[in-house]
Amino acid sequence: MSAEIENPVLEIHDLTVTYSKKPVLWDVDMTIPKGSLAGIIGPNGAGKSTLIKSIMGLVPIASGYIKIFDKDLKEVRKNVSYVPQRGSVDWDFPASVVDVVMMGRYGHLGFFNYPKKADKEVALDALRKVGMDAYKNRQISELSGGQQQRVFLARAIAQQADIYFMDEPFAGVDAATERAIISLLKELADKGKTIVVVHHDLQTAPNYFDWMVLLNTRLVAHGPTQEVFNDENLKETYGGKLTLLSEISKLLENKRFPAREAK
Amino acid sequence: MNAFLIILTGSLVAITCGLLGCFLILRKMAMIGDAISHSVLPGIVIAYLVAGSRDSTLMLIAAAITGVFTTFIIEFLNKHGRLQSDASIGVTFTWLFAIGVILISAYAGQVDLDQDCVLYGEIAYVPLDSWITGSGINLGPRALYIIGFVLLLVIFFIVIGYKELFLTTFDPAFASAIGISVTLWHYLLMTMVSITTVASFELVGAILVIAFLIAPAATAYLLTDKFKTMLFLTVIIGVITSFSGYYLAEWINGSISGAMSVISGLLFALAFLFSPKEGIVVKRVKYGFKTN
Ligand SMILES: Nc1ncnc2c1ncn2[C@@H]1O[C@H](COP(=O)(O)OP(=O)(O)O)[C@@H](O)[C@H]1O
Ligand SMILES: [Mg+2]
Repeated sequence: MSAEIENPVLEIHDLTVTYSKKPVLWDVDMTIPKGSLAGIIGPNGAGKSTLIKSIMGLVPIASGYIKIFDKDLKEVRKNVSYVPQRGSVDWDFPASVVDVVMMGRYGHLGFFNYPKKADKEVALDALRKVGMDAYKNRQISELSGGQQQRVFLARAIAQQADIYFMDEPFAGVDAATERAIISLLKELADKGKTIVVVHHDLQTAPNYFDWMVLLNTRLVAHGPTQEVFNDENLKETYGGKLTLLSEISKLLENKRFPAREAK
Repeated sequence: MNAFLIILTGSLVAITCGLLGCFLILRKMAMIGDAISHSVLPGIVIAYLVAGSRDSTLMLIAAAITGVFTTFIIEFLNKHGRLQSDASIGVTFTWLFAIGVILISAYAGQVDLDQDCVLYGEIAYVPLDSWITGSGINLGPRALYIIGFVLLLVIFFIVIGYKELFLTTFDPAFASAIGISVTLWHYLLMTMVSITTVASFELVGAILVIAFLIAPAATAYLLTDKFKTMLFLTVIIGVITSFSGYYLAEWINGSISGAMSVISGLLFALAFLFSPKEGIVVKRVKYGFKTN
């Protein structure tokens, strides 16, 4: 099942990615419309991170192409924000919160330009949006997991892009942070920004996203949440994982999606 | 005067190595500094054999080329040969160093380099080799000019590339995503390490070069959580090491390079045990010193 839309901000055509000849993404064809808050859903090892990384040009593509705003990434880099998985960096690194958020401005600065006052303003504003302005001079080694995630988000916001790719921004964060982040993302989407989020909690997924991409090496389905988030597609995505499947059907029977418990 | 010249030279070497060492440590690449400081040997021997002189500029260029070549082989074995990065480093630098040693012994008559000098250096001779102009004016030790030039080069490199180096060290994936070439900055850094290594080599020997690349930066890392402070502390620690190393050698009547290595290790041990940041010892030991 697939959806045809006009003027997609992200268009992926026949994408195949392999790691030492083993296919991790196979023939993925998908689009995401402007202003959507889209979830990329699939089990562990489904290739969700790889999909985001290939969009960001971080892994070589075996075949296919990716267009953002109908262009190659190179031409629109300044318009694209990226939030890597939180665990991908060393949080003991000697840097302060504002140092990290300022990195969001580097793409706009160019070689040998130091950040200017205006860039500082943008960075501080981004910190305010995620509720971390009080922590701006903290060293990042002193932050909790949820605070680290907020800093990463602030860095992405400081990029002032029109499309955002986020890898598991809710992994290991506290409930308050999760709520803060999702409402911020909804706000951004309302302003016409496009947000693409890797997510693996099926309970919250249908509440969070208005567009979904169900992935398990191959694309299972993509489209508006109410059209693709159904029993059949989820079974196909998650295969024979029984406990999970019974959970899903319970979820679908109730059609009620309780909020996730805080850790 | 001689004491001053030796301490000054030692300090310049320590500062140059230490500034680069800060980046190496945070990139968990301490071993690469080790590798490059050995593997540049065949490069300088070949340059020497070809040119027949110990012209400093030529040596620096030969070192830069060999260093980049080393980095390239390590990357290649790691990425395409799927060898773990510590194994790729170990394999690469040992055979390159071995080639250097063989070249030296094979051409012993022609090469004015000996293995002891390469390993241990002889900073005590620094004041003896002066740069004397055609008209006979003594401009001071030649070594001082070389390491001074390299230090300026390294400072220039860090100043113009500060944000690229900082970002590619902290979060390479994000750096590539915004269009900063991680590979380019990696090779540039390795070029600087190679040049620095070779300029320091003759003065202080490979062992002290490695000590200076790692120990002051590692000590500074234990003492602060701010990157700029870490750079600054590394400079101070380098100067202290050079100064007290010299007088330790004087006192025990031993090798100056050896004494400086000992002091750099000692300062690290002190920081490790008494770092004012509570709990930091345990934390850093666990996460901070992976060598690849
Ligand atoms: N650098 C890599 N080299 C080899 N295999 C990898 C690499 N990164 C991921 N993989 C493999 O690719 C598959 C997809 O990984 P990933 O995209 O991280 O999945 P997800 O994010 O959906 O959990 C997994 O089987 C994983 O083991
Ligand atoms: Mg993942």
